Amino acid sequence: MTAPRTLYDKIWDDHVVHQAEDGTCLLYIDRHLVHEVTSPQAFEGLRMTGRIVRAPEKTIAVPDHNVPTTLDRANAATMTEDSRIQVEALDKNARDFGINYYPVSDVRQGIVHIVGPEQGWTLPGMTVVCGDSHTATHGAFGSLAHGIGTSEVEHVLATQTLIQRKGKNMKVEITGSLMPGVTAKDITLSVIGETGTAGGTGYVIEYCGQAIRELSMEGRMTVCNMAIEGGARAGLIAPDEKTFAYCMGRPHAPKGAKWEAAVAYWKTLFSDDGAHWDKVVTLRGEDIAPVVTWGTSPEDVLPITGTVPAAGDFTGGKVEAAQRSLDYMGLTPGQKLTDIAIDTVFIGSCTNGRIEDLRAAAAILKGKKIAVKRAMVVPGSGLVRAQAEEEGLAQIFIDAGFEWRLAGCSMCLAMNPDQLTPGERCAATSNRNFEGRQGRGGRTHLMSPAMAAAAAITGHLTDVREMMAETV
Amino acid sequence: MDKFTTLTGIAAPMPLVNIDTDMIIPKQFLKTIQRSGLGKNLFDEMRYTEGGAEIPDFVLNQPAYRSAEIIVAGDNFGCGSSREHAPWALLDFGIRCVIATSFADIFYNNCFKNGILPIVMPQEVVDVLMTDARKGANARMTVDLETQTVTTSDGQSFGFDVDSHRKHCLLNGLDDIGLTLEKAAAIDSFEAKTATVRPWA
Repeated sequence: MTAPRTLYDKIWDDHVVHQAEDGTCLLYIDRHLVHEVTSPQAFEGLRMTGRIVRAPEKTIAVPDHNVPTTLDRANAATMTEDSRIQVEALDKNARDFGINYYPVSDVRQGIVHIVGPEQGWTLPGMTVVCGDSHTATHGAFGSLAHGIGTSEVEHVLATQTLIQRKGKNMKVEITGSLMPGVTAKDITLSVIGETGTAGGTGYVIEYCGQAIRELSMEGRMTVCNMAIEGGARAGLIAPDEKTFAYCMGRPHAPKGAKWEAAVAYWKTLFSDDGAHWDKVVTLRGEDIAPVVTWGTSPEDVLPITGTVPAAGDFTGGKVEAAQRSLDYMGLTPGQKLTDIAIDTVFIGSCTNGRIEDLRAAAAILKGKKIAVKRAMVVPGSGLVRAQAEEEGLAQIFIDAGFEWRLAGCSMCLAMNPDQLTPGERCAATSNRNFEGRQGRGGRTHLMSPAMAAAAAITGHLTDVREMMAETV
Repeated sequence: MDKFTTLTGIAAPMPLVNIDTDMIIPKQFLKTIQRSGLGKNLFDEMRYTEGGAEIPDFVLNQPAYRSAEIIVAGDNFGCGSSREHAPWALLDFGIRCVIATSFADIFYNNCFKNGILPIVMPQEVVDVLMTDARKGANARMTVDLETQTVTTSDGQSFGFDVDSHRKHCLLNGLDDIGLTLEKAAAIDSFEAKTATVRPWA
């Protein structure tokens, strides 16, 4: 009889190739996702040493970070020279090393963390890595998924393994149910507000509890996506019937007898009663409100009913950081959050660029017009975009005054032409509100798609629950 | 990768918490397909005006710190994006060591792959080192990886912890991939076993 184990312990144990005396492990990697920005130097490293990709069939590449999302992107002139070189390098590397590839011209192209699950590459119990910190997204399937640097990308390409030391176990439980107007994004932001951006450092988080069980797979991806913003490399949710239903029939999911065997194994992937947790955080689902960020760290979270804090409300190094944030964001302590005027609305990203996110935003926008200077919807993949068009969501966005874009990371990190100008204030469904993240001097408020849609209609930060009351 | 054994150099004080990798190297500089050349854009948006002029107040623009090799900083250094361009930019500028109360995991790991030593010290030690760093160019700090100590310009010495495997690789400038490929047989047998027990993976 083995000691009770957490879900993380189980996945870890099943992937250890070798353990050194000092505890350093060689961990096997089942899926390696690759994009254009963090991979060129890794492929170059392989070429210089005459090494090959060990498991090209487990390696999946897609350009997403700096591809334009405007409708004219087929014209290469829409890209800057350096972006074009990066995308062309990925084209060439994918071809030369024989890895799975979704080029810009493919309808399946999109943000790497949306494409992986959509195509059935991401499955429960797997180890998944990518040279991108939001790889945590895939943890929603009960897979151990985290971001790596480019040196590690090269290491995984060459060896299909990573040198790792095991992290600690942290349980984040959300009890009860969410109230109307409250979403997965509000859960994940509220957890970071509670723990701080370094609260998860050194840990792998498992999210559990009734409110997590009640989320769809897409909601769970939103929650896990931002584990890294709480400092945890990876966030996990134990797979259940919803997970299996999501995976079934996807292009790269197993079929027939292999499917049956897989499900039998996946059903063993949960934390045992009595498993050891190094840290436990519990929030009541009923207590979570629609939230927004006010500052320049994802931990700067407040319910939309709140007011802008003062630097003096904090302690230690956070006092100076809060003052710096207030200055950067152009906010005054005591100001009501709902009085903050918004210039721009961005709906998209690996956090909130899936079909349910677009449905939630469209439900608020239907029949309304935007009151902001500009608003854009950037679907997470070409397939999400096609589905949204089929469901009539695209027309709702267009009628409301939104730009309806092609798939990519876009204004989440502003590597392509989608950028804020200095002082421009944006309601964004993405994951980082860092200084300059969406463009030099740009001011980002993070929130859910429904909240971003509400802000688009009123022109200021808005409690979406009031708008929902209107429509009833 | 260059070895890291001992380093005696100028330490730049950056008493900010949550210095994220977007600050260290903004995204417009990630469009390179090389590792080198990023030093001039290290901390770009804090270091230069929009027109490209140096901001004199920024620590690395001050005469005393232009050739700093160590940074002393607040909590959670390197949080955010996994971009290895952050340690590449630090290294290209000449920074070989960062001392802070805590680091984000991915950044911490990336440092070791590039010959940079990240050192975690308790707040009270960081406070002492920050004060020492503020003395400017005449105050040189010494970092000794072999003995795992940091010594201030006035001779106060503090020990630090570092993982033994990482220490070994850094002291000897070893390439991880070469070491792992020596275990190819173990990887082969793991794959053979997985093909039986988890054939869908």
